[in-house]
Amino acid sequence: MSVSAPSRISGIGRLTPFRAQRIWEHNYIAYRRLWKVVFSGFFEPVFYLFSVGVGIGALVGDVSGPGGVPVSYAAFVAPALMAASAMNGAVIETTFNIFFKLRFQNVYEGILTTPMQPADIAIGEIGWALLRGVLYSSTFIIVMVVMGLTTSWLAILAIPGSVLVGFAFGAVGLAATTYMRSWQDFDLVTLATMPMFLFSGTFYPLDVYPPAIQLVAKISPLYHGTELLRGFTLGVLDWTMLVHALFLLVMGLIGAAIANRRLDAMLRK
Amino acid sequence: MTDTLVEARGLTKRFDDLTAVDGIDFDIHQGEAFGFLGPNGAGKTSTMKMITTVSPITEGKLTVFGLDPTTQGRSIRQRIGVVPQEDNLDLELTVSENLYIYGRYHDMSRAEINPRITELLEFAQLSDRRDSTVEPLSGGMKRRLTIARALINDPDLIILDEPTTGLDPQARHLLWDRLYRLKRDGATLIITTHYMDEAEQLCDRLVVMDQGKIVAEGSPRELIEQYAPREVLELRFDDEQRDDAVIKMDGVAARSEVLADRVLLYTDDADDTQRALHDRGVHPEQVLVRRSTLEDVFLRLTGRRLID
Repeated sequence: MSVSAPSRISGIGRLTPFRAQRIWEHNYIAYRRLWKVVFSGFFEPVFYLFSVGVGIGALVGDVSGPGGVPVSYAAFVAPALMAASAMNGAVIETTFNIFFKLRFQNVYEGILTTPMQPADIAIGEIGWALLRGVLYSSTFIIVMVVMGLTTSWLAILAIPGSVLVGFAFGAVGLAATTYMRSWQDFDLVTLATMPMFLFSGTFYPLDVYPPAIQLVAKISPLYHGTELLRGFTLGVLDWTMLVHALFLLVMGLIGAAIANRRLDAMLRK
Repeated sequence: MTDTLVEARGLTKRFDDLTAVDGIDFDIHQGEAFGFLGPNGAGKTSTMKMITTVSPITEGKLTVFGLDPTTQGRSIRQRIGVVPQEDNLDLELTVSENLYIYGRYHDMSRAEINPRITELLEFAQLSDRRDSTVEPLSGGMKRRLTIARALINDPDLIILDEPTTGLDPQARHLLWDRLYRLKRDGATLIITTHYMDEAEQLCDRLVVMDQGKIVAEGSPRELIEQYAPREVLELRFDDEQRDDAVIKMDGVAARSEVLADRVLLYTDDADDTQRALHDRGVHPEQVLVRRSTLEDVFLRLTGRRLID
């Protein structure tokens, strides 16, 4: 059998300034076969909602929501779970998945021999992580609506709110992953996200703590995400929500800048 | 005058206190297969990474297609295909998806990529594996897929870093055959290798690198003619006889190398030398006559064997 070398073609390959979407395209192809893995992340906040929100909520009754308005306990907890789902989706994506590709498969080194650049990878992966987080948060808000846990049309703004949460955690997650050396380091990820999930005003208002401890909790980025989303889903707007949004935005931008610099330094030696 | 695709003058790469590439000069022309030959750590891969623009140069001048890797990296990478030393195929994707996504990284459209995939899989003899995942492929198949992937954008320059390292002989020959076809059809290849036979098979011209420097340059034939006489006698001795034999053999050949397991005599006429050995009363256990190779060139140039 005679097989000749591939024919020569010309004029292919154009330079476009921005190609982070190629990373999305790659991940989309890969995830078509992994949809079950992605799907499972949807259930966690739903389980919490039914056990803690509905179950414990039956014992707790109404609580004081934003602006002192009384709301059902489930309606109080639900936006916090929504924020946590956006965080978890983004963190899982930028830590475990990226670590494997970065340290073991050398996938990015290959990509950088094409016109792709480190910034395309950083932006693309953070954007994808954000999408995964928003996928969880926006399916979760449908559950909330069905259960009557949103009290205002402003709840729709919780979706862009969760985009900020996904961005902040995706970007910092990616930056953190560039510093990780072994799978053991991932215990640190759990060590960071678990207390954040428990102590960010998720299950009760922060004012149960003395002011000094409240201050510590307020450093938690998830606290800002929770407060932002809670304001939207319960329809109580407050100027502090701008601060929460700004906090998440700045955190995301700093994380993205560090991730970009680190990836460049690691991959272009 | 042939077109110069890659030009390096005083090209240097330093990592902290290690000088990986130490002021090398070379020109690579359109349509040739150019080899970088040398042992591990000679600076070959660092040189490749600078050419592919993924490693910033420390000092000196480098142009690829007349472009500057520091500022025009994207334009350079758009026109090259890279086969890295270690397989970095995407295990999350199938064989054809691996090719597809690289086409996308090069901004090719689906309509441009799909016929190309069919063609490249045929070339790489992987057509029946099109929808297979990458994991179960053999080492040779993975390498061929990596080469196919490097060709997706129809590159003007193909860079292969140790293309056959770790492959069994049959897989190597198949790969050489594919590379030979590319060369025949006018592709410009840069190949690094620490295998002399590979360099002899594939390269029109090569440089021998050692400890970051170029120690020789020429065609395989020229290098052999210049640095190693035509024929080599490989002699093996009993341990007791060896030292005695080495003394008796002094001056019998143009040059000799005493290695741990054998003695090499370089000569223009092996028959003459064998008669001379007999006359001196040297009786090796085993005698092998062969043509000299680039391995002998490397031994001559550096005093060391290429692969320990």
